[in-house]
Amino acid sequence: MADAHAHTDHSGASHGSVGSYLTGFVISVLLTVAAFGIVMAHSFSPSGTIAAIAILAAVQIVVHLVFFLHMNTSSEQRWNVMAFVFTVLTVFILIVGTLFIMHDTSINMMSR
Amino acid sequence: MLGKLSWSDIPIDVPILVGTFAGAAIAGLAVLGLITYYGKWGYLWKEWFTSVDHKRLGVMYIVLALVALFRGFADAIMMRSQLALAYAGNPGYLPPHHYDQIFSAHGTIMIFFMAMAFMTGLMNVIVPLQIGARDVAFPFLNSLSFWMTTISFVLINISLFIGEFSQCGWLAYPPLSEQQFSPGVGVDYYIWAVQLSGVGTLLTGVNFFTTIVKMRAPGMTFMKMPVFTWTIFCTSVLIMLSFPILTVALGLLGLDRYLGMHFFTNDGGGNQMLYLSVIWGWGHPEVYILVLPAFGAFSEITQTFSRKPLFGYNTMVYATCSIMVLSMVVWLHHFFTMGAGANVNTFFGIMTMIIAIPTGVKIFNWLFTMYKGRVEFHATMYWVIGFMITFTIGGMTGVMLAIPAADFVLHNSLFVIAHFHNVIIGGVYFGYVAAMNFWFPKAFGFKLNEAWGKRAFWLWFVGFYFAFMPLYVLGFEGMTRRMNHYDNPEWYPWLLVAEAGAVMIALGIVCQLTQIYVSIRDRNLAENRDLTGDPWNARTLEWSTSSPPPFYNFAVVPVVHDLDAFAHDKEAGIDTRAAGSTYQPIHMPKNTAAGFFVGMFSLILGFAAVWWIWWLAAVGLIGVIATVIARSSNNDVDYYVPASEVARIENEHTRNLLAAQAAE
Repeated sequence: MADAHAHTDHSGASHGSVGSYLTGFVISVLLTVAAFGIVMAHSFSPSGTIAAIAILAAVQIVVHLVFFLHMNTSSEQRWNVMAFVFTVLTVFILIVGTLFIMHDTSINMMSR
Repeated sequence: MLGKLSWSDIPIDVPILVGTFAGAAIAGLAVLGLITYYGKWGYLWKEWFTSVDHKRLGVMYIVLALVALFRGFADAIMMRSQLALAYAGNPGYLPPHHYDQIFSAHGTIMIFFMAMAFMTGLMNVIVPLQIGARDVAFPFLNSLSFWMTTISFVLINISLFIGEFSQCGWLAYPPLSEQQFSPGVGVDYYIWAVQLSGVGTLLTGVNFFTTIVKMRAPGMTFMKMPVFTWTIFCTSVLIMLSFPILTVALGLLGLDRYLGMHFFTNDGGGNQMLYLSVIWGWGHPEVYILVLPAFGAFSEITQTFSRKPLFGYNTMVYATCSIMVLSMVVWLHHFFTMGAGANVNTFFGIMTMIIAIPTGVKIFNWLFTMYKGRVEFHATMYWVIGFMITFTIGGMTGVMLAIPAADFVLHNSLFVIAHFHNVIIGGVYFGYVAAMNFWFPKAFGFKLNEAWGKRAFWLWFVGFYFAFMPLYVLGFEGMTRRMNHYDNPEWYPWLLVAEAGAVMIALGIVCQLTQIYVSIRDRNLAENRDLTGDPWNARTLEWSTSSPPPFYNFAVVPVVHDLDAFAHDKEAGIDTRAAGSTYQPIHMPKNTAAGFFVGMFSLILGFAAVWWIWWLAAVGLIGVIATVIARSSNNDVDYYVPASEVARIENEHTRNLLAAQAAE
């Protein structure tokens, strides 16, 4: 019965259209090509390249969430948005924490 | 054709493995023969293997956990015996190559296949019943999760007899786990088994999060949710957030090993310390994934057997949630000695000490629940009280280890081993066994034997102290973990005591198996049968339906008026079942073999990938995808139970209930 839950769904989650999936697909491809392009063309300095790829990756995540996972700010999506905010918090903790740890270690051990 | 696999990979020169294989083969054939003799294959296939019923899946998870316990404990007692022998020139009976595989397998199996499977089994059996739902949100995914976990355990056991297992400890730290230092297939077995079971665990997390958010009975707001459900909710969140980290960490290690990349290698710009940071980013939340459900079970059991509501429900909920958040910011305490500076170590040391506060709050809540309650010393309660004592000691040694300065002395010593067994056996395992004793009549309709339960408890409890307190001493005396042999005369007597403790625990496990056997044998005695569905006079919704519950759980979805819904209804004289009302047809999911087949194809994929048999890996992968597509395009996945059938089952339970009440 719960399977039916997922289909009839009072949660109001939209299922998207062919158009929205295609838009998402095209944007994703462009972002991926851009990332590869930046690396292969050596257009920035190494640290600039890393920053550019990181920004493109973050945009890519948002594109996937909006076009493929149909996340928006409507009230029916409250749980999705809450889960997303908590996920962002966790990812933030992990990435910033790891950078903090690895940077401190590198300096302390003079390994870089 | 067969990749790296050849006849020389079958370890026929290791007598222990040959003996194990013979034993396993004989036992396996005996089980298969008995099933065939009694003609039970059809029954097993139709009623269990293809079932999407959360209660059946839960029972199968717990059976899997008990099998894994057997395997993991066999490893444990072999290690203890080795260290009781391998002193002063005696090499013992396990050469380092074999011994290293044993401690790696022990940790991997106990965490991923004993503890995780046991926990998933408990949440499967209980959570939907406790929130008044008829099944989980995604019954098919539930079946798929179970089969992914099971085949991963099968894959790990295949490594016993074909090839070898990892020799790098349960977390496979690089650079030791890299191709350069571990050229064999052991680490690949580890990676594939853990990755495939991770799929199952992640889907379980998603499934139960959705179930709890979306499918609670009308009236059950979040602050009226039973504590066990709360803990499963927080555990599901942690699973969803942390298991992807594990997948990435092992994925990158796999890329290093399979494609020659350099994420964690010594050369080529790799950084093995990054692996530690990433894997413990999963590893520490994992500890709380395991222990939170045990805390939930203790809460339910303590209030039931103290005959009063839980002391401080709100603080219990807030403590659980703060543990959930704090568990994400302590991971560095597993590698204080890595070489980070004082800023980093101080931050994580303090965060680790803070997490002891909500845990301490919980201990006081249970104590105050018992205080002035009418505590009934049921076998289940023994495990709870044993837990409180043992876990408090383990928690205190944990706070000791959270002091970076102390950790520099104790890191990688047996003190650490003693500490985490102290919390995992004393907290997690005692909790799961208590939960099994408590909810067993709900799942099967008869109680577990109490006398054997108490014997099992005393052997486990005393055996635990004999087995692990010496390890604290040995840690202070400088004995490091994962040691194969030694020549320090001061260590020898302590290791003999630890061996004696392991033997006591072995007897405890025998008592547990006897308890199950005796209970099944005596299941029809009047004092063991549970006809009312509420054998302990308990407080939450799962006890309002029959034992075992009908496959649809609740004929009429209960309406929740208060925290501890069933206790409230009993006091107010409300019939939670709404017996005798006009029943409606019930919408239920159909059984499906898709989960089983996805599991089997994944097993083929995993095994082939371990041995680099790429054509077979392609077969496995295509099989998985084809099965998923076939399942997704099947619209015939549900049916309605006719109202007359519901009425028949419900009326039968009403008759049982009245008979039981008349007998009192």
